[in-house]
Amino acid sequence: MSWDFTYLFTEILFYKVLFGVSLIGALSGVVGTFSLLRKKSLISDAISHSVLPGICVGFIYEGSKNPLVLLIGCLIAGLISVWLIDFIVRRTKLSEDTAIAFASTFFFALGSVLLSYIVAGDNPEKVGLKDYLFGKAATISFEDINIFMYCGVAILVLIVAFYKQIKLVVFNVDFAASIGISIRLIEFMIAVITVLTVAIGIQAVGVVLMSALIIAPSAAARYWTNNLVKVLLLAALFGCLASSLGVFTSGIFEDMPTGPWVVTYLFLFVFFTLLFAPRKGWFSVLKRKRKTKGRIERENVLKTFFQLEESGVDNVRIQDLMQRRYFESSVLGKILNSLQKDDLLQKENNVYHLTVEGKTESSRIVRLHRLWELYLTKRMNFKEDHIHGSAESVEHLITPELEQELLRDLDFPESDPHNKNIPY
Amino acid sequence: MSLADFLILSTALLIGWSCALLGCFLVLQKVVMIGDAISHSVLPGIVLAFVFSSGFDSVFILLGAAVFGVLTSMIIRFFSSKLKLQEDASIGITFTWLFGLGIIFIAAFTGSNADIDKECVLFGELGTTFLDKIIIKGYLIGTRSIWLILPVLLLIIAFITFGFNKLKVISFHADYAQSKGISVSKWHYAFMLLVSITSVMSFEAVGAVLVVGLLAIPPATAYLLVKRLQQMIFLSLIFSTTCCILGYMLANYWDVSMSPSIVMVCGFQFLIVLIVTQVRKRIFSKAAVNFVVKA
Repeated sequence: MSWDFTYLFTEILFYKVLFGVSLIGALSGVVGTFSLLRKKSLISDAISHSVLPGICVGFIYEGSKNPLVLLIGCLIAGLISVWLIDFIVRRTKLSEDTAIAFASTFFFALGSVLLSYIVAGDNPEKVGLKDYLFGKAATISFEDINIFMYCGVAILVLIVAFYKQIKLVVFNVDFAASIGISIRLIEFMIAVITVLTVAIGIQAVGVVLMSALIIAPSAAARYWTNNLVKVLLLAALFGCLASSLGVFTSGIFEDMPTGPWVVTYLFLFVFFTLLFAPRKGWFSVLKRKRKTKGRIERENVLKTFFQLEESGVDNVRIQDLMQRRYFESSVLGKILNSLQKDDLLQKENNVYHLTVEGKTESSRIVRLHRLWELYLTKRMNFKEDHIHGSAESVEHLITPELEQELLRDLDFPESDPHNKNIPY
Repeated sequence: MSLADFLILSTALLIGWSCALLGCFLVLQKVVMIGDAISHSVLPGIVLAFVFSSGFDSVFILLGAAVFGVLTSMIIRFFSSKLKLQEDASIGITFTWLFGLGIIFIAAFTGSNADIDKECVLFGELGTTFLDKIIIKGYLIGTRSIWLILPVLLLIIAFITFGFNKLKVISFHADYAQSKGISVSKWHYAFMLLVSITSVMSFEAVGAVLVVGLLAIPPATAYLLVKRLQQMIFLSLIFSTTCCILGYMLANYWDVSMSPSIVMVCGFQFLIVLIVTQVRKRIFSKAAVNFVVKA
């Protein structure tokens, strides 16, 4: 392994490869979004294995590596495989994953047998045909890039022209069918653009790893936004970025293959997205959970204060609180401090009082608790000894609007099922 | 049949049977693609084992490689259940990455050990396994590949016989099994460990990609024909046997690589059974319609 940066930026060859591979990355990001949203992204694994016999038959037919003939071979083989999977799932009791595993290995085996037949033959053009297995980005020629461009433009035109229909089929097949969209046509179209993308992509990353390029960019993009256009653009960006990084890495380290590095970068993108994405990421979910838990604890403390004052204890000490309800002492200390900071609580000589705002807030929680208990007994026919648990959790969730509804429905009641006053 | 034929064919059959036995449960539990993922993801482990054990001798290091398989199923579970990534996406991303990592390792270590080459990773070298004979006191007692896979087959048979009833319940109704107090996830990981060991041990002979064919296709073929688990296992063993023999003969006849041709025969076998069952279904349903119309 040796380092060589200067070579990177002087070679036109490098720019050619960089351009070609990033184009493939961006395109597969866009196309992959649709199969991801239909939860059928593993079909791309079957497709990418299935194009191998297409390439071999194309080669045997033409006798040379004519990119166009190979592409047509790929297209036909890929579509047969998609159709076969669909047929098996619709007509037999086999599940989709079995059908996919069958199609990918069968076609791949078929392709490998043909490949070893070709390699054993004496056609001098056979050199380099094996590169389709793992991809060889360096062999991308200007002719190839030409074909990439034509395919890319065709795919984008198709997507833009049928955007509405594709969107409906992707998000709600039943609705799409009910308004008269031909599901089979759109599904066929999605299959065609996926197979086309895979066919032009395997030259760069190879048969086995192509599916990652289809699946990963959109999987990452899906976590950042809920808007389809933005997902498509982001997926294109991720695909493009990972591909160029892969090309750079394999350019810097001699003998390093491009495809595996592209896939590694994609995996890192997905992993970081899963951890750090806003709203849906691991950390923000964790943060949100902690926040909700803190609010619930705080409301429970306030409620306990109210109950104590209701039973006549005006000077509340920490022991009183602990007797009434179990709190972890470290947590309780923090909550008491934060309540004081928000002017809901006053502290004098180790004795606590609710302030006026504190009283309002705590009586709101108790009111919600008791209203819910009343609602459960009156409207849902619950027994009085079965309602407390539900009210304990629902009191933290009821919104002001819901509270108004409850009050109106129960006609501003005076007391709850346990004959306690409902504070207003 | 020469000695070499016999040795190669028995290697193929042992691998085929191991895969068929495991595959029945994978097909029923609808986790074939996790098996697929595992058989790809053991590659980095195998490469590392190869590099650090200076040859393929140490079986224990090879077993260590099997850990990568279990790791894969854990990563997939973690992504899909904890991080809420779609399951298909987590499978697709995880195994391609690990497989890619294996290829990167090969590229990085090519200088130190030239015995692994990338195509071997995909197809294996079934045809040359007979060269690695094990001879004790002048008697030939098999090849290395046979001695790698034979214990695995016995282990699988023991596992399935021992846990047959539990595995059956898990395969057909996982929730019911859970409610009966069977730890579904423990059995799942144990099973995935077996898949992992099988793919590691048969790696030399059939390669990463084609193990999946042997795992998925014979049981799927059997499942098209029968409904009972015992029958399914029995039939898939038979299908696996026929495709190994036919595939081997075909490979010799056409002079092409062996393991792809075995899986190819598997696939054609599946297609024939698929067509036959579909045609039979159509004839039956027509007969039923006629019967109803006449009545």
